[in-house]
Amino acid sequence: MSEVILENLSKSFGDEKAVIDMNMTIENGSFVVLLGPTGAGKTTTLRLISGLEAMDTGNISIDGRNVNNETPAQRDVAMVFQQYSLYPHLTVRNNLAFPLRSPILKTPNDEIERKVNEVAETLQISAKLDNKATELSGGEMQRVSIGRALVRDPAIFLMDEPLSSLDARLRADLRIELKRIQSDLGSTLLYVTHDQIEAMTMATHVGVLQEGRLVQFGTPREIYENPNSVYVASRLGLPRINILPAALFQSTQGEAHNIGLRPEHIVYGEGDEASVKRVEHLGDQTRLHLDLNGHAITAISPPGNPHAAGTTVKIKPINPLCFNESGDRIERRSA
Amino acid sequence: MAEIVIKNLRKDFGDFTAVKESSFTIEDGEFFMLLGPSGCGKTTTLRMIAGLELPSSGQIYLDGEEISQRPPSQRDIAFVFQMFALYPHMNVRKNISYPLASQGMKRRDIRAKVAEVSKILGIEHMLDKPVGGLSGGDRQRVALGRAIVREPKAFMMDEPLGALDAEFREHMSEELRALHDRMGATTVYVTHDQLEAMQMGDKIVVMNNAVVEQFGTPSDIYDKPATVFVADFIGSPSMNFMSFDGSVTPGQTQVQIGQQQLDVPQQMEDKNGELILGIRPEHISLTDSGSIRGQVNAIEYLGTTQIVVLETNYGELKARVDSAQPVAVGEQVSVSFNASTITLFDKASGHAIRSSLNDGAFDHV
Repeated sequence: MSEVILENLSKSFGDEKAVIDMNMTIENGSFVVLLGPTGAGKTTTLRLISGLEAMDTGNISIDGRNVNNETPAQRDVAMVFQQYSLYPHLTVRNNLAFPLRSPILKTPNDEIERKVNEVAETLQISAKLDNKATELSGGEMQRVSIGRALVRDPAIFLMDEPLSSLDARLRADLRIELKRIQSDLGSTLLYVTHDQIEAMTMATHVGVLQEGRLVQFGTPREIYENPNSVYVASRLGLPRINILPAALFQSTQGEAHNIGLRPEHIVYGEGDEASVKRVEHLGDQTRLHLDLNGHAITAISPPGNPHAAGTTVKIKPINPLCFNESGDRIERRSA
Repeated sequence: MAEIVIKNLRKDFGDFTAVKESSFTIEDGEFFMLLGPSGCGKTTTLRMIAGLELPSSGQIYLDGEEISQRPPSQRDIAFVFQMFALYPHMNVRKNISYPLASQGMKRRDIRAKVAEVSKILGIEHMLDKPVGGLSGGDRQRVALGRAIVREPKAFMMDEPLGALDAEFREHMSEELRALHDRMGATTVYVTHDQLEAMQMGDKIVVMNNAVVEQFGTPSDIYDKPATVFVADFIGSPSMNFMSFDGSVTPGQTQVQIGQQQLDVPQQMEDKNGELILGIRPEHISLTDSGSIRGQVNAIEYLGTTQIVVLETNYGELKARVDSAQPVAVGEQVSVSFNASTITLFDKASGHAIRSSLNDGAFDHV
């Protein structure tokens, strides 16, 4: 288990800059999630750390050791890919044991046996150890491929959207399972996703990537409550944050260029009058799609206060996030 | 404009029954969702309405006319597939014009029609581009344009957003719904994504194993589930279930689970044996003095709210509480239930037991 440090890491593919001057410290025992849309540089960062991709400039150190010139095998990292790639002709047991039999690791047989059983137990697949890999459900296969990484006890686990091919229910279960395994084992884990729920629920730290740059790094709560730009603020939160001109509301005029309103930043019954365009009953929350002078606002209806489409409702921002012309977060300017 | 009435519709493929006698009504102008896991029969149902499959028995009425045995071309229904099938050798304009040209419409009229539709969809600027270079979203807009331009009585959509990534999907689903609100055409939409169904639908049919489990508005289906399957399938995290041996009689307002007396909505049926108490995560609150105690096993932070996973004597419970409420893993807490939202189920049949909460909600099934 160990600390991974990236210093001024850059990588281009031809003219396209995939990772730009990235600095990041992944602390021992942390669960770091890299979050961003397709093309933000998440997977490239992961592949640079694993050594599957060679960096252009910069330094990568694992546990205090500079690994720039090491092969993937020497770096002692374990990768889990989006598409589980198991050996179909082998049993679950042999799939799990496979990495331990690598000539580099030279694990004794009784040690392999012990590790495989332990990991199977953790992942709740002990009963399936003697099944062929092809006799498993999709969720079980993905657990085996995660297990194949876990048997190794590497310096860091690198996971590239390992849950995205699974159905919603299984994804929710494995989210909790993965988080529990990581914290039980005290492993260091770097995880790539574009799913904000995965980022919020599993991460000890979230790194938000934008076009190859790391634009903010912090706990999920810090990123959600204290984003440093419109871009970061828009990554987390369902419904998504409303970015609106500050001048739209009487109470925020002159305080900023734009304000960001999450559902919890809106109070009802005072302020400006908005019309209710549509009401969505999602069960655990009721969303109001509002229109205020031509600006669409998505809000959550207060409990027990149903607003119907076609009516109006007064809303007022409370402690909104403030942004300047270029989308950077600023302190609230007094009006 | 169309009302679609489905009566006792059934489809067998050899020995396999894809859809068992199903009945429901899609009212004029509704955005109607067919929801369920893969293999539940939802796509087969949609294909029967469109005429791509012939039912084994039962009727389909489109504006009062029985159409179940008619070929698709005589039904005046447009179909939008998950894999947007565009003509790759034609540009956007030609793709959208195609259905009109093949109906023999005059070129000038086609031009006007295409202009109107592309304005609605915001694709005017790409009319003369080849479809090959378009993004996924734009391709889907063109596919929609081709369906809309015919002005059919109804639209059938089979997971039209299934192939898109999460953020874009969110955006397109809002766009689709807004488009529907402007045009007001009856739309039947198949999805396995319960959140999509809740967000977009006026009404939802929930199917499982070829059977309609429930039919109603999103809030009815969420708050008054007819079966354990529906309660479990809708909502994320899904409803909490506590199994117990007990009995209910009409008029009863409490049940005994282990040592606990728990308040429930007034019951209206006689049932005994294995029962299940179901409660949604947001109706469980953490208190100092609740009757059920548990240990916090995990917390999932979700921004506005957090999911607290509790280990109790009655099994695992998930509570959705405000993120501002301080909770820590390992902590012992008490919970209390919002009794008026509780549904009891009969375990053997999986059906909800009627109570003052759900009385009347299942009558039309």
